[in-house]
Amino acid sequence: MRRNGNLLLGGVLVALVVLAALVSFVWTPYDPVQVNAPDRLVGFSGEHLFGTDKFGRDVFSQILVGARTTLYVGVIAVGIAAVLGTPLGVLAAMAPRWLGEFVMRVNDLVLAFPALLLAIMFGAVFGADTVTAMTAIGIATIPSFARIARSGALQVLSSEYVLAARAGGRSRTQIAARHVLPNISGLLIVQASVSFAIAVLAEAALSFLGFGTRPPTPSWGRMLQESQELLTVHARLALVPGIAIAVAVLGFNLLGDGLRDRLDPRLAARV
Amino acid sequence: MTLEVEHLSVADLVRDVSFEVGAGERVGLIGESGSGKSLTALSVLGLLPDELRATGSVRLDGQELLTASERELSRLRGNEMAMVFQEPMTALNPAMRIGRQVTEPFRAHRPPGRPAAELLDAVGLPGTARAYPHQLSGGQRQRVVLAMALANDPSLLICDEPTTALDVTVQAQILSLIKTSLSAESSLLFITHDLAVVASVCDRVLVMHEGEIVEHGSTRDVLTSPQHSYTRRLLAASDLEATR
Repeated sequence: MRRNGNLLLGGVLVALVVLAALVSFVWTPYDPVQVNAPDRLVGFSGEHLFGTDKFGRDVFSQILVGARTTLYVGVIAVGIAAVLGTPLGVLAAMAPRWLGEFVMRVNDLVLAFPALLLAIMFGAVFGADTVTAMTAIGIATIPSFARIARSGALQVLSSEYVLAARAGGRSRTQIAARHVLPNISGLLIVQASVSFAIAVLAEAALSFLGFGTRPPTPSWGRMLQESQELLTVHARLALVPGIAIAVAVLGFNLLGDGLRDRLDPRLAARV
Repeated sequence: MTLEVEHLSVADLVRDVSFEVGAGERVGLIGESGSGKSLTALSVLGLLPDELRATGSVRLDGQELLTASERELSRLRGNEMAMVFQEPMTALNPAMRIGRQVTEPFRAHRPPGRPAAELLDAVGLPGTARAYPHQLSGGQRQRVVLAMALANDPSLLICDEPTTALDVTVQAQILSLIKTSLSAESSLLFITHDLAVVASVCDRVLVMHEGEIVEHGSTRDVLTSPQHSYTRRLLAASDLEATR
């Protein structure tokens, strides 16, 4: 029951973020980047659901559009990490022992490097921007995927059905594609949802530091940063994007936990 | 198709093993766990674990297998020679439907091959093509494994204790399925530690003990008048009359 609770709550929170992003494409109450001096710093009201910021921009509209940025960064970072990390891990598992070990040690090196620091370096070299920041986060996440993929692949490769497939005349690449990948997909999905949450958090942190999404594109992290100077007078401006970030991160984490609980017993039973 | 094994050694686990399986012959390889039976079979297919190397000679119709490249071996495996494994619960990919799984040998060798339903009908499993392995019982899974092994009508079938993990009634079904499905000109190397199974399937038998073949001869001779002391102990330990 509790397992399903995690999965359900995670699913609902993630769905909320996705819904906000989708809605923002067709409708927002106001133009999220429209400066409107007379209406600045309005509180919660019927006209402006979450009020307006110091430039008079509608916070609710910014939250809706910011959801896009959040999902966008998650997809880029996780996409890069999964697409590069998974084959790397599977190759390391199938390659001769010394080569596999070498790949994994290099992997450890990258893993030891702080993701945010890498992103700040990328920002300094290539210019601060969402894609640059998330490419860096994605690269820093490759080792997690490579590790998971390798350990899963090692387990699958020692199974009798892989021996049977080899006895059936299947080549190594075919075995990787038909037997290894489908059987480690559960592990990878869980890793993806957890990495997604980390990427969302990283984007918020980087935008807060000024290395992430560039103005005027709405981003929850930058909304937080802009709320700083008014924190004591208008805590609302920090609270709203803060809660939005918390919802997204919690959602993806719970989803990952729930999926792991769902997929793990079956993985254990399979082996 | 003849299988000739000469002076086969694998580390010190298999020592100087020589035997021959002629076309259409059914040969049993018996011995206790750890006597090197499975390693012998895996050497024939070139599927030894990476840390083990086989020396000597294994020839399938004159073609040397021990020095053959992985590519040449892949072409033979699942096509000219096939293998049935001991544990049906783990010999099937849990994430692949049965129908797809039985037709794998065709995909590997000669597409399009026969439809899955036909292969499954032949082993008495109609209507299971869309099932996943966990939905089948052990006996049913072993039938699937057998259907895969027989899909390309191999000239040599190696069965590594195919009935050990199954209960007695299912054992009998699988054995009769092996006997009826394997074509008359195909050779069979049947590994087991069950003498009753050997008696019902094999014409000839090889007895393996601590990595060496200690006795060989027709099934009748070996089972009725064993020469080697180990074979005698093996016979004494298994009450043949009771299991028949």
